[in-house]
Amino acid sequence: MASSGAAVPFWRAAGMTYISYSNICTSLVRSCLKEPHRSNAANREKVHFAISKWSNGKPESPTIRSDSATE
Amino acid sequence: MYRFAPRLLIRGIAGGSRRSAAPARPFSTDLPAAPTEDATFVEAWRKVAPNVDPPKTPLAFMKPRPSTPASIPTKLTVNFVLPYQSEIANKEVDMVIVPATTGQMGVLPGHVATIAELKPGVLSVHEGNDVTKYFVSSGFAFIHANSVTDIIAVEAAPIDHIDPTLVQKGLADFTQKLNSATTDLEKAEAQIGVDVHSALNAALSG
Repeated sequence: MASSGAAVPFWRAAGMTYISYSNICTSLVRSCLKEPHRSNAANREKVHFAISKWSNGKPESPTIRSDSATE
Repeated sequence: MYRFAPRLLIRGIAGGSRRSAAPARPFSTDLPAAPTEDATFVEAWRKVAPNVDPPKTPLAFMKPRPSTPASIPTKLTVNFVLPYQSEIANKEVDMVIVPATTGQMGVLPGHVATIAELKPGVLSVHEGNDVTKYFVSSGFAFIHANSVTDIIAVEAAPIDHIDPTLVQKGLADFTQKLNSATTDLEKAEAQIGVDVHSALNAALSG
């Protein structure tokens, strides 16, 4: 088992996780596609969710985040 | 803590070699399939309740590990999946070449069981004289002992879906960003951009 010896990939050395690395690679590839495929791919990157913070056992008003192609 | 690592490692190696030649932990591909029911439990149950069938435990519901065939199969079974669709499902092919981080890896039937992390690159599926190429953004390839290969990727596109002008522009942009990057994170992001666009470039010309 590599404890202190193995070379870590450059993105992990810079503090990035594998998932962030993979998502960045994916969005770059998607941005290089030809037109009909590019808009189909952009649809896949859209996220839409609502976050509410809870305090004193009650939810506060939710903030809705609707991003497309987040970095 | 790690100052003692060499000493601990040597102690482990020396201790291991003093034992018999058999490895302490066999490879997972050499293990026999797990038994579907626990013999001691079944015996104890029958002693206590001989007229009632013993209940099935979760182990009995699990499908056993597929056995490694005795002779090398002639074809490779490939499954290539993306999060939003399954590109190739249970297709019998002759060879696939996967873009592993350690280089382009050719997988033939009978390949040793491997887990490979993929880098952005070209995946080619060879069936007779047909070659189907995809550009894969990143993912993993699992090659099992029974010559079933599962390739999972986040995004993959046939090479002719890639736009060369956008690739050149992206490559120029990121090379410039790499030169002007200051923090580690910016450098890493720019380096990823350069890597991905160079791989796209190589895929278009290769």
